[in-house]
Amino acid sequence: MSARWEVLSGDEAGTLPEGEGLRLNLARRYRVASLWRTFFVAAVLVAIVSLTALLYNVIDQAFGLVAVQNTVEPASLAVGGVPLAEQTSEQLLTLLQQRVPSAVLRRMESEQPLAQRSREDLNALVLERVVQLRVLKSWPLHLSLLDREAIEAQVGEQYPQARLVFRSWLTPEFLTRSQSSTPALAGVRTALLGSLWTIAITLLVAFPLGVGAAIYLEEYARDSWINRALQTNISNLAGVPSIIYGILGLAMLVRGLEPLTSGAWFGAVDPTTANGRTILSAGLTLALLVLPVVIINAQEAIRAVPRSLRLASYALGATQWQTIWHHVLPSALPGILTGSVMAMSRAIGETAPLVVVGASTFIAVDPSGPFSKFTTLPIQIYQWTSRPQDQFRNIAAAAILVLLALFLTLNASAVLLRNRYSRRYVS
Amino acid sequence: MHVVREDSSGQAADGSATKAESPLDLRRRPRVGERIIQGLLLLCGLVSIVTTLGIVYVLGKESLLFFGSRGVTLAKFLGSTRWQPVIGEFGIWPLVSATLSTTTIALLVALPLGLGVAVYLSEYASPRMRSVLKPVLEVLAGVPTVVYGYFALTFVTPLLRSILGRNLVEIYNTASAGLVMGILILPLVSSMSEDALSAVPRSLREASYALGATRLETAIQVVVPAALSGIAAAFILAVSRAVGETMIVSIAAGAGPAFTLNPFRAAETMTGHIVRISGGDLSYDSIDYNSIFAIGLVLFAITLTLNAISRRVVQRFREVYE
Repeated sequence: MSARWEVLSGDEAGTLPEGEGLRLNLARRYRVASLWRTFFVAAVLVAIVSLTALLYNVIDQAFGLVAVQNTVEPASLAVGGVPLAEQTSEQLLTLLQQRVPSAVLRRMESEQPLAQRSREDLNALVLERVVQLRVLKSWPLHLSLLDREAIEAQVGEQYPQARLVFRSWLTPEFLTRSQSSTPALAGVRTALLGSLWTIAITLLVAFPLGVGAAIYLEEYARDSWINRALQTNISNLAGVPSIIYGILGLAMLVRGLEPLTSGAWFGAVDPTTANGRTILSAGLTLALLVLPVVIINAQEAIRAVPRSLRLASYALGATQWQTIWHHVLPSALPGILTGSVMAMSRAIGETAPLVVVGASTFIAVDPSGPFSKFTTLPIQIYQWTSRPQDQFRNIAAAAILVLLALFLTLNASAVLLRNRYSRRYVS
Repeated sequence: MHVVREDSSGQAADGSATKAESPLDLRRRPRVGERIIQGLLLLCGLVSIVTTLGIVYVLGKESLLFFGSRGVTLAKFLGSTRWQPVIGEFGIWPLVSATLSTTTIALLVALPLGLGVAVYLSEYASPRMRSVLKPVLEVLAGVPTVVYGYFALTFVTPLLRSILGRNLVEIYNTASAGLVMGILILPLVSSMSEDALSAVPRSLREASYALGATRLETAIQVVVPAALSGIAAAFILAVSRAVGETMIVSIAAGAGPAFTLNPFRAAETMTGHIVRISGGDLSYDSIDYNSIFAIGLVLFAITLTLNAISRRVVQRFREVYE
């Protein structure tokens, strides 16, 4: 606001500044202008620096040196010269039965019979229960690169038995291993599958409903109070905090419609759950959450279809639905898809409503259908972040990289769709 | 709405006369299929109404149960500064105060910076610069909030603690949650404000330049005041978003209600409390279960009011320039 006074100051005398006065006045105004400009640029820089810091922080935690130590050396577990990594399921099973306490075995049996598990799972179990590879301490990437000598000295002093290795917490095995209470052996397969199942249900429900509602509002609805109420209601819903949808899902879907969401109506109750806290509930909750976004985006896409196209279709004798189905929708489809992909990329990162709906805290078994217990990638990240130990931070960072990759893929495909098909009409 | 109905285009003027001779029957026919489709589409739209009614019903019903519980009264809920379910104290102020402090900090970050970014994008940046910055802001706005929570806890909090001292700043604190939330909301403020700034007619800027104003004077004294209602709407929406934001605060702000406005202490916001209570093993019909609905109702009322005000402001703004 200071600039205003300087402009006006010339008026006080009733004349505009001239000569030296003008030069000084101008110089002052330009100085103020460059100050403000610095602020505007700084604001932009803060945004960019924040994004960079966020990415740096995640990468810093996802890679780095670790001090590891095995309780039992894997080399000593070789049977008849066959190393652990190449043993068959039967050999691994015997090994487990010999070395693991029977109480623990029984618990694992009840989660999923050991005989039915895959070789990779059994191998992971042997590593977890028998070899017991322990990561004693982990260091972030920047220390690992810049201060290696100090770390080596520290390891030599504190953990004389341990080896120091460089570890990427994000590995192919991290994607394929299931949940584990040992950070070094944990993976995101269960969570990733849970996310995919949930998002599939969300898409199946929200896309047709959203596009249907958008068609109604843009093509059929006349300006009556009910349609205005519908429109206002949709924009209101778009602003409701996501956690409120979680509360709705908990009370209505998980509790109120328990026979439906637990699968009892279909005779498909998952014995491990037998309540409404299932993938179906999660997917439906997210569908309600993204529905307003899908509707609003689809409406914009449909509105952008030129009127001449509809008139041409009517002139040829098409009915209204024929016009919509054969002409309006195909033209609006790229826009509708872009908007829906954006909505899905929002849904895949949603955490709060799913915590409220009742995500499971620990699942080692893959979801088998819409009536299974669920956990999703963001929930896994949340749970790992909430643990105090450093190594859970490390795997949380690795899981964040997976989530960001998913998110960026979805966004990039939306942008590609938009650029490829955008503006075929001059409106 | 540009609706053309088939009954005005599908029938000939002399329908009955041509009936006998013409092989084409051009009478208006009842199109049952079309009506059914229209009905189905309306049903799709009604799902959103059902959602709203569902939210209101669920929040209302469970809140009534909550206030019907022993020892819980509306006066105590809105008046007491202690939230201790164990001894039957349900005063919402500790939760509100935490929400207030995270929201305030977030807005202190997001509003000036967001507006700064908006002015830069709309008044200063070259088209090429814009095409680089816009996607950066879009990514910033879209990063899942749980990632921001991680960022707050593992980066911003240690940073604050090393700058301000470990004794002053607790491991969980509302300051770091608020700062990160500000970064999350910044793109929302900047993109809405920029839309408002871009909608200001070019003639206003040119008139200002013609009077000898600098680019800054034009931006601050002409363009921003002209777009003020749009910017105000963005600000109000930012408040609503900050109040409803959940994951950042539940990760970084702390667990356990505390009636404090000190930003360096741990405190639990309304949203954080709902997440913590429902994340544990929650038994239905317990007073804890009912209490999250009462908090949800307060949250819903606040955000709904803010959103309604924001939309009102935008509508006024449109009337001025169209």
